[in-house]
Amino acid sequence: MSEAAKSHGTLTSLADIKEYRGVLSWVASIDHKQIGIMYILSGFFFLLVGVAEAMIMRVQLARPANHLISPETYDQLFTMHGTTMVFLMAMPLLFGFSVYLVPLMIGARDMAFPRLNAFGFWIYFFGALMLYFSFLAGGAPAAGWFSYAPLTERGYSFDHGIDYWALSLLVMGAGSVATGINLIVTVLTLRAPGMTLRRVPLFVWMVFINGILVVLAMPPLNAALVMILTDRLLNTHFFTPATGGSVLMWQNYFWMFGHPEVYILVLPAFGVISEVIPVFSRKVMYGYGLMATSTVAIAFLSFGVWIHHMFATGLGFAVLYIFAASSMLIAVPTGIKVFNWIATMWGGTIRFTTAMLFATAFLIQFTIGGLSGITFAAIPLDWQLTDSYFVVAHIHYVLLGGTLFAMVAGTYYWFPKVTGRLMSERLGKWNFWLMVIGFNGTFAVLHILGVLGMPRRVYTYPDRPYFGLMHSVSTHFAYVLVLGLLVFVFNMIWSLFKGKVAGPDPWDAWTLEWTTSSPPPPENFERVQTVRGRRPLWDLKHGAEAGAGKEGQ
Amino acid sequence: MMERNKMGMLLFIVSEAVFFILLISTYIFYHRQGGEGPTAANSLDLLKTSIFTAALLASSVTMHFAVSSAKARKPRGVGLWLLATITLGTIFLVGQGAEYLGLIREDVTISRNLFGTTFFTLTGFHGLHVFIGLVMLVILLGLALDRRGHPLKAPAVEVISIYWHFVDVVWIAVFSVIYLWAFV
Repeated sequence: MSEAAKSHGTLTSLADIKEYRGVLSWVASIDHKQIGIMYILSGFFFLLVGVAEAMIMRVQLARPANHLISPETYDQLFTMHGTTMVFLMAMPLLFGFSVYLVPLMIGARDMAFPRLNAFGFWIYFFGALMLYFSFLAGGAPAAGWFSYAPLTERGYSFDHGIDYWALSLLVMGAGSVATGINLIVTVLTLRAPGMTLRRVPLFVWMVFINGILVVLAMPPLNAALVMILTDRLLNTHFFTPATGGSVLMWQNYFWMFGHPEVYILVLPAFGVISEVIPVFSRKVMYGYGLMATSTVAIAFLSFGVWIHHMFATGLGFAVLYIFAASSMLIAVPTGIKVFNWIATMWGGTIRFTTAMLFATAFLIQFTIGGLSGITFAAIPLDWQLTDSYFVVAHIHYVLLGGTLFAMVAGTYYWFPKVTGRLMSERLGKWNFWLMVIGFNGTFAVLHILGVLGMPRRVYTYPDRPYFGLMHSVSTHFAYVLVLGLLVFVFNMIWSLFKGKVAGPDPWDAWTLEWTTSSPPPPENFERVQTVRGRRPLWDLKHGAEAGAGKEGQ
Repeated sequence: MMERNKMGMLLFIVSEAVFFILLISTYIFYHRQGGEGPTAANSLDLLKTSIFTAALLASSVTMHFAVSSAKARKPRGVGLWLLATITLGTIFLVGQGAEYLGLIREDVTISRNLFGTTFFTLTGFHGLHVFIGLVMLVILLGLALDRRGHPLKAPAVEVISIYWHFVDVVWIAVFSVIYLWAFV
């Protein structure tokens, strides 16, 4: 047991920490662990909200020519579903993992700017509430999560839905920039002695690069949101073609943010996978340096591919060719990562815990999503498939089968660290198989629907051969997926109270967060020994002379 | 390693720079598409704007001296130079306000045409940044004059000065694109 754990007696649950008692200790907290937990809980809450919205749509689509909900309601649902999942679920979940884990992994007391950290969370929280307030204020936004102009102009969207959408995204965007800056400065200035950038865990590398992406990618969105707001509230002419404005400008600015955003949503997931796979394969991460550099390559390239979202808008061929090439190119560093994870598992002594199962499913599903993504880089295929269910299938394979599965893997892996209790592996297996079957059953079939020409974002469809059948298959498997998610939520609540006491290092892992007690005391560590390799805890357990942890010198 | 507050401010400025690059690009993109009505060439007054531009540029110099005084631990100097910076910044904002008033009286508004739209959005956001800078400078001045607490530390002045210089640089770009480009 570590020094910090001894001084705190036996910390086995969050309730043992007197600094965390009472609501005020959370609301007024600047402790990165409490803020991280609040981020993650908000993310999971909005996951359930977004799933509820998706399920209403799936039920509506279960049979052709269905009239369960009106087209207007359907538009609001898919807009809120997309916006919720990207900005209210995924971003806070990733930020939550980042601000909770990064200081622990680098041996720091807290973030570089603890107050800014709290600011980032609360501004997200109230921004999220503001978005949902739109339901009460006359109608939610209904122009899709990327809100193409001129649909967002007052002439087409009369009520205040778009105003709430733009304002809350602007507010949350400011919070994201603050948190991105905070993460970068934390990684650069607060590392423990000996913890060089060549020795930090890969999760920290991914979060660091992610911070850079956030700082550079949010401003285009913020600028575009400002223009949409002035167009609607001050009668400006940015996106009104009748008075000389350009609707393509919105698309350009939005996707200048939107494509890096895709990587913002997936890089921390890569980080989680890069921690889970080595520990449960009992092997050192294969190609650490290549993992870090390929991330830098992804970040760099992600700013040069946005036009592939706009191939169907009639731009010149020269532009299309350049962006088709760059979009194909970005598959290379991502492919390198997939091969590195496989090489890490290869020949290892794999322990298929629930976390490892989810990480393995991530590998397969993310690769499928990556391959369907490459089809959009091929211009003729893109023209055929854009705006169809193929896109819906693709984005869910990448963000649900990819990011969310990785975050569930991360939850099973770090839950014992955060709460002091292990999650039930029995429920975990149920959770895993229900989610894997439910997810693939729901979304695999949508690829075929897309190829056959089913457009996305329509509230119903005519009874064409197999359309009803395929939609019905998708809807029924969606119930299985939801059941899997409910088992996940139940497992978290049950394990919080009844789970086995984890102890500081239940997985025999090797990064610094496992040297302190579970849950960590407010000060994280009493003392951090000088780090001598990439696996400081391995060195502590086996002695530095064992030599196995001496990478990165 | 760089001092952490300074690093945080520099990263914030990188983010802000991207924001302004997009607003400036938007202005440039719509420059020739305004159609009839007011344009930069027929509505703006280069001379008057040059005067309050000079005030803003001079405020960067006084800000620089405030930082030097803080580094040399001369609290009186810090106070005086900060006061000079605030005065010059205020002159700029008052000048901008007067310019807006004149334009609006001529019915050149943000909703009139694409020139109005892009002009007021770009200069308005710059003005907002000057205003926020002034608020920070006033707080700094308050801390500098407060004799009870700890003396004002040089890094605090330095971090705010980075922001202030950035706002100045943005104005040089904005002034070149809007005013100088209109009259070449």
